[in-house]
Amino acid sequence: MAETRTPIISFKNFSFQYRAQKQPTLHDINLDIYPGERVLIAGPSGSGKSTLAACINGLNPFSYPGECTGTLTVDGVDAPHSSIFELAGHVGTVLQDPDGQFIGLTVGEDIAFALENSCTPQDEMHEITRRAAELVGIENHLDYAPHELSGGQKQRVSLAGVMVDEVKILLFDEPLANLDPATGKQAIELIDTIQQKTDTTVLIIEHRLEDVLWRSVDRIVLVNEGRILADLRPDELLSGALLAENGIREPLYVTAMRYAGIDITPAKHPAHVDSVVLDDADTEKLRAWFRAEPLPATKPAPTPLLEVKGLSFGYSKDQHTLSDVSFTIGKGEMVSIVGRNGAGKSTLSKLICGFETPDSGEIFFDGKDLKDENIRRRARHIGYVMQNPNQMISKTMIFDEVALGLQGSGLTDAEIRARVEDTLKVCGLYPFRNWPISALSFGQKKRVTIASVLVQDPELIILDEPTAGQDFRHYTDIMEFLRGLNAKGVTVVMITHDMHLMLEYTPRALAFCDGRLIADRSAAAILCDPALIEQAALKETSLYTLANRCGITPAEKFVERFIAADREVRADGC
Amino acid sequence: MAANTVLNYIPRKSVVHDLTGTTKLAFFLLFTFASMITYNTWVLLGLMAVSLAVFRLSHIKLREVRFMLVFMLVFLALNDLFIFLFDPNQGTALYGTRTVLCHLLWRYDLTAEQLFYMFNISLKYFVALPVAILFISATNPSEFAASLNSIGISYKVGYSVAIALRYIPDIQRDYHSISQAQQARGVELGRSEPFFKRLKNSVSILLPLILTSLNRIDTISNAMELRGFGKHDKRTWYTRRPFARRDFIALAVGVVLLLISLTVTIRFGRFYNPFV
Repeated sequence: MAETRTPIISFKNFSFQYRAQKQPTLHDINLDIYPGERVLIAGPSGSGKSTLAACINGLNPFSYPGECTGTLTVDGVDAPHSSIFELAGHVGTVLQDPDGQFIGLTVGEDIAFALENSCTPQDEMHEITRRAAELVGIENHLDYAPHELSGGQKQRVSLAGVMVDEVKILLFDEPLANLDPATGKQAIELIDTIQQKTDTTVLIIEHRLEDVLWRSVDRIVLVNEGRILADLRPDELLSGALLAENGIREPLYVTAMRYAGIDITPAKHPAHVDSVVLDDADTEKLRAWFRAEPLPATKPAPTPLLEVKGLSFGYSKDQHTLSDVSFTIGKGEMVSIVGRNGAGKSTLSKLICGFETPDSGEIFFDGKDLKDENIRRRARHIGYVMQNPNQMISKTMIFDEVALGLQGSGLTDAEIRARVEDTLKVCGLYPFRNWPISALSFGQKKRVTIASVLVQDPELIILDEPTAGQDFRHYTDIMEFLRGLNAKGVTVVMITHDMHLMLEYTPRALAFCDGRLIADRSAAAILCDPALIEQAALKETSLYTLANRCGITPAEKFVERFIAADREVRADGC
Repeated sequence: MAANTVLNYIPRKSVVHDLTGTTKLAFFLLFTFASMITYNTWVLLGLMAVSLAVFRLSHIKLREVRFMLVFMLVFLALNDLFIFLFDPNQGTALYGTRTVLCHLLWRYDLTAEQLFYMFNISLKYFVALPVAILFISATNPSEFAASLNSIGISYKVGYSVAIALRYIPDIQRDYHSISQAQQARGVELGRSEPFFKRLKNSVSILLPLILTSLNRIDTISNAMELRGFGKHDKRTWYTRRPFARRDFIALAVGVVLLLISLTVTIRFGRFYNPFV
């Protein structure tokens, strides 16, 4: 059937080289996408998947100059020889950052932005805007300002904003990157609904495969090192080993089935955990695998390091960002803090670091009340790493950046040099010590910011979204590094939306909802509790679904068993 | 929040807010022109009364525009000081008499004429200032761009100004969080530090602030281009409202005030002279 249709997007022997680069970023791409298809373009960071997308919407070469060879036809337009404006009439792009792309001052204005630019008369503009808003379900918020909206709502607005042009192709650039798990799930559902209603062609650029596969896609195009490695149906791709070889994490239930010795074939339809075919033999294999190993023993409770008692705080009088929060974190623990945006997670870390003063309640560190300690004094014990490394880096050279925190600490230059070099060694940055920071990748910059906090030798570090926007390899790098620090005795607390991180690296998790601590349990237990998942805007792990389908109880023990096994396998593999 | 201290849009329900951006811009220009051409004290006092009345109507409180107000008053004080320093006899030359109140030093005599002249200059500030503040803080930034566009300024320029105004609160937030993180790393920015050290340390906030702002600009300009910004020489506006009766009334008032000011200036000269 595909043979009789003409493709809506067609790459033929297409290569692209940025003007500033010595090598082409895309090599010899041949790819046809047909009208009405849903295609996932997957690949690790730096694989060229974003460049591919930018060639389709015209950012390449019109905003980022470069050399195109071969041909690229997008909805009948010769893309490299048209203009960004012409392509915008055919391709609607929803960018990664829902905040950054909000142009208008209100929802209505933002949706209408493209219409304004094409000189649509006002009456018609209001009518089209209203219809687009209805399509994405945001019609009751037309007068809202961006800061009154949640991340998911902003994304709906962005989508409506490109729908007004009646584009035939929708392009989503990492739509899940800035959303909490529950909102991410809804985003995928929304994309699916819109595609069915409007019969557009949908392209999703994402490395979080399992999350996208929450709804069906027709094909997955795997990109790495600027080339297309696979262009297969999800069932076929998941049956092979290409994903793991190229740094894309396969869905956890698929990995679990492999561990249990089940042979994954396209006939098993492994694309969805609900519909994967499990015969009696498979179920028995999974059960046997679950029983085969004793469960890891629970550790004794450690001595308390950070104690929070009855903490309440509000930015204004009648608004409580945190109410009556109490918990204890022990020495040497690794804990994650989860919950939807605005649940009070970041505020909690600000209170602990002393950036804000609590309205009531106490914080003890190592048995000592922190009430009279200022930011600087607390910083010697508690390090804080922001989400965006660009917001922390203030020097041009790596050495200077890390040394900054030791200024005025009374140490001699030689002592400072020794401590900075030690820290750089711990962080694996020693070989780069005389490099300018601008030459580093995002992940390396993140490491520099961690180093610049570690140099003060804190007992506790708090990290805000340490793995946001990282692909599986960088994620593993950073997390293994943090685990190494933890093994050396540093207590680590992480604020995160990443459920894999929470499951794999933190035995314990604190879940927040509307400023209250609603759960303080093992991460596996939280992700197997549907009520908690709903409240804290998480998403249940597919391992839980798999355990239920096989009748394995308790499901959380199955999850723990998987994590332990997975860690061993990955440790051997590295 | 800190966001309210610098010039930005303050939404309210008021007659002034209900006027279209174009009306406000036109009124602002007419009014400023009316106050620029004359030094007639009575006319200026009249204009100032109108100006303060309009400010009252807007329901915006003085507290909310404190920053602008203080900034302008400092500017006014400096202006008066320099007028006096450079030409202490300007008033005498203008009014034709010389009433020395006291001698200060060297060539500086304090004359009643000079004081009156500077009083008139200050009065001009008080006439224009409330209206200028209102134009900025009572005009919805998107209408702001539309209003600039309606008097012939390229919409790209208008939109850049509007976007810049809109990002001020975001950048303030960035500044705040960067500064907290830097303090946590031992960079002292607190009040206990000597002023020059604080100044030097605040540079360590500037670099990350500039970098994050540049990132913002990159994202927003891509988003705008992808949605056809700059495709045509013209564009339409979602928020532009049709002229209502109140707009015509406001414009008529502006024109009448300008005519009064012009008539008085032409018939009685630019200065009101109480010294003859």
